[in-house]
Amino acid sequence: MTADLALIWPELILTIGGLVTLMLGTYAGDRQVGLYQLAAMVTLAAAAAAVLALFGTDTTVFSGTLSVDSFGGFAKLLIYAASFICVVIAPRFFKDAMRAEYPVLILFAALGMGIMASSRDLMTLYVGLELNSLASYVLASFMRSDERSSEAGLKYFVLGALASGILLYGISLLYGFTGSTDFATIAAALGGELNIGIIFGIVFVIAGLAFKISAVPFHMWTPDVYEGAPTPVTAFFATAPKVAAMALMTRVVIGAVGPAVGAWQQIIIFLALASIILGAVGAIGQKNIKRLLAYSSINNVGYMLIGLAAGTQQGVEGVLTYLLVYMVTTIGSFLIVLQLRDDRGNQIESIPALAGYSQRRPGLAAAMAVFLFSLAGIPPLFGFWPKYLVFEAAVNANLVPLAVAGIVASVIGAFYYIAIIKTMYFDEKSDTEFPRGTGTVVEDAVITASALWLSVIGYLFIGVLAALSATAAAVLF
Amino acid sequence: MSGVPILSLMLAIPTVAAIACLFAGDRNARLIALVATLIDFALGVMLWANFDIGGAQWQFVESAPLFGRFNYALGIDGMALMLIMLSVFLMPLCILASWESITKRVGLYMAMFLIMEVVMIGVFMAQDLLLFYVFFEAGLIPMYFIIGIWGGANRIYAAFKFFLYTLLGSVLMLIAMIAMIREAGTTDIPTLLNYNFPPEMQTWLWLGFFASLAVKMPMWPVHTWLPDAHVQAPTAGSMILAGVLLKLGAYGFIRFMMPMFPEASAQFMWVVFALSMVAVVYTSLVALVQSDMKKLIAYSSVAHMAIVTAGLYALNQQGIEGALIIMLSHGVVSAALFFCVGVIYDRLHTREIDRYGGLAVNMPAYALFFMLFTMASIGLPGTSGFVGEFLSLAGIYEASSTVAFVCTTGIILGAAYMLYLYRRIVFGELTKDDVKAMPDLNPREWAILAPLAAVALWMGVYPESFLAPMRGDVTTVVARLAPAKPAGDAHLAAGKPKPAAAGHGEASGEAHHAGGAQ
Repeated sequence: MTADLALIWPELILTIGGLVTLMLGTYAGDRQVGLYQLAAMVTLAAAAAAVLALFGTDTTVFSGTLSVDSFGGFAKLLIYAASFICVVIAPRFFKDAMRAEYPVLILFAALGMGIMASSRDLMTLYVGLELNSLASYVLASFMRSDERSSEAGLKYFVLGALASGILLYGISLLYGFTGSTDFATIAAALGGELNIGIIFGIVFVIAGLAFKISAVPFHMWTPDVYEGAPTPVTAFFATAPKVAAMALMTRVVIGAVGPAVGAWQQIIIFLALASIILGAVGAIGQKNIKRLLAYSSINNVGYMLIGLAAGTQQGVEGVLTYLLVYMVTTIGSFLIVLQLRDDRGNQIESIPALAGYSQRRPGLAAAMAVFLFSLAGIPPLFGFWPKYLVFEAAVNANLVPLAVAGIVASVIGAFYYIAIIKTMYFDEKSDTEFPRGTGTVVEDAVITASALWLSVIGYLFIGVLAALSATAAAVLF
Repeated sequence: MSGVPILSLMLAIPTVAAIACLFAGDRNARLIALVATLIDFALGVMLWANFDIGGAQWQFVESAPLFGRFNYALGIDGMALMLIMLSVFLMPLCILASWESITKRVGLYMAMFLIMEVVMIGVFMAQDLLLFYVFFEAGLIPMYFIIGIWGGANRIYAAFKFFLYTLLGSVLMLIAMIAMIREAGTTDIPTLLNYNFPPEMQTWLWLGFFASLAVKMPMWPVHTWLPDAHVQAPTAGSMILAGVLLKLGAYGFIRFMMPMFPEASAQFMWVVFALSMVAVVYTSLVALVQSDMKKLIAYSSVAHMAIVTAGLYALNQQGIEGALIIMLSHGVVSAALFFCVGVIYDRLHTREIDRYGGLAVNMPAYALFFMLFTMASIGLPGTSGFVGEFLSLAGIYEASSTVAFVCTTGIILGAAYMLYLYRRIVFGELTKDDVKAMPDLNPREWAILAPLAAVALWMGVYPESFLAPMRGDVTTVVARLAPAKPAGDAHLAAGKPKPAAAGHGEASGEAHHAGGAQ
């Protein structure tokens, strides 16, 4: 037991850090925003350091309910990094509405997501998922006085509760028909003939998880929540929980129900193609940049699922690389959305107002163009590479029709990305002024760094990324 | 020359200059772009001068395992050399052509052109399949901006159509490439060139590549993006589009499809022939009725490219050499024709043919150059067009006389629409007042047209300079194709010499000797 505790340092640090920040908030009042922010940042950095220190260990703790391995480590690093940035960017956005609860909730959400990414038992899976979800519901409605934010929170909560119910139902079926909640035991029990109960269990579990990664047809909440939630929270939703849920999905699909390929593969293929196509088509008519990014995230999840559908180590490597590149792109684009303010300091979210943006803020427009072309997967931008990896995995797993369908649908996706670029670059200037000085040095540095990395420089890291994702993915096979 | 990574240098200089242009003022951006493209041209000349004809197939080879899964591998053969020369030759002329006509966002414009140059020569240099794909696709981005920002009235439609059309084709090629890499276990192009893919797999791979390259080429019926893109693009954009971008498709044909999938190439020969025959006749007829100068030249480009595809798929030495020469010739001539359109467009701001007439009177130098390029486009002996068309038609004839017959009508129709265009613009009465007021060529326009004219004539009079570096590579491709190639219908055989008639044998024999001794 004590030995087990030494292996879950990241979780311990987050728990303690979260509680300390909460106490600070209770006693120091809401004014000391900088203090809570700092506490949360230190906690996340320490947790990330702990993950790094444990990187390479491959073991399980607490009677095999939680794993400590490189796969979880990889996912946790991404989750903590995304949470870190979402803490950093918050105060400028919330101004006076910034409260101690924000960093605390982010910390607890990060803790939950860490547990999701390293769970290897249906019980820990559910605990992690709910810890994350409950924190997220509150975060979505963080702007209490704002109608859209409250609506987003409520919608997220109702649909999230429904998804949790579906997931729990699936979990109980799996447990009932295999006699265990442990992933490895479930996998062993699936070796023979599948009975209808197990298939139902698999379908329900995957459906519950598909809600969390917002794969079609469980995506309906995404555009509304993305639009309504405060922008830093949207940035958070678009990155960290996606990583956690995708990692969890991979663990469940490969680790728990892996042997029943016939049962899960066609579901994943359907989710993948439906997400790619609906994400792309749904984005076309959007006039709000946050809604558009919501559809873009649905679309990108579809590509990750192609890698997962392959069900091979190569496919999982592709998923992990995709998560990393997608996270960098998404954070970069949301940082730019945060900077879209008119001369009165109001947040601008409408896409038509971006007309001629490249002439008002050439640097930001160029970075946004890089992010969008990268999301569309056009080489030489680095967004091409993870797409290539998942398609390669699909072709190598003899899923050529899936790869062809996915890649052809990517052209539909390219349409709406280049349509925003058209608005920013080709159209005449709109009436909206975009004064300079809207971003802090840190924000600008993050935007610049991610834009540079996503242009050709990222290609130099392919070797490192391949080694990292291979180490992480190998754990599952 | 060993030690200097001249190919990398040629990629690096425009890249650095492009970044500099983004931050420079209008005037400086023009200068930076011109200087950078001229340096690249000088490097290109050095490349040609140091190219060892008949030496190793791949020269100036560089390779560095920079990208983990694939290599930064560069190298050129004779065909790539010639196409790189075409690109670096046209680039400074394009920059000069936009010197005065582009006035807004000059820095971005020049940066886009320089990136375009990097991408184009990168395509010809790449020796790694994935590196090739990255360069090949990357060209979409700068061209999208060039058409979309500095194009004509309907530029946004044209930019979208160009981008999505060519992207749709390219992605299928990517799937084919993934399958190839899986099968052969390497991304190295020289290795893949000698890898024998199973014939039934070749069929699918060929179709995947064809989907992409036929759009890029462009072949009928997927050519419709081209007239839109050309008409809306700024003058220099059309020059580079017609001059080099259209050659990427044909380059892909001869670099990948023919040597890598010889069985499939033989199998699909008639598909290519059929599409080419339709294209030659159909697009020539369409060109005949255009009232927009740029559209007319755009359709003529489709017709010329159709002769290129037919020549390539004759699968013999003459046909392929001829197709390559047409590619080079069309690169120079169509760029020049688009510039000729640009010259009068800058003066009158319309592309309507009917708005002009009688330019021979007030713009004699312009009329002369325009005449030369019109003739080169038709294929008049002495100009570059003749050499390519003659060679490729001879090659096509060897493969099929029917195809040769149909393609030759393209030349007649080509003469019809080009001469008709020339008559309407340059000859006739000079009646319109605004046309009367148009001044003749200025020194900048001279500086652009003169080199283009010189090269068109050089290629027409002494094509061996251009053919010699490519001959060995064409022979290699033909040798790869030989086992699969179907027999042509032109059973060529050396004629029997007529037995010398008694009586005047002495005299003619002497004459023959005298002739042979010269």
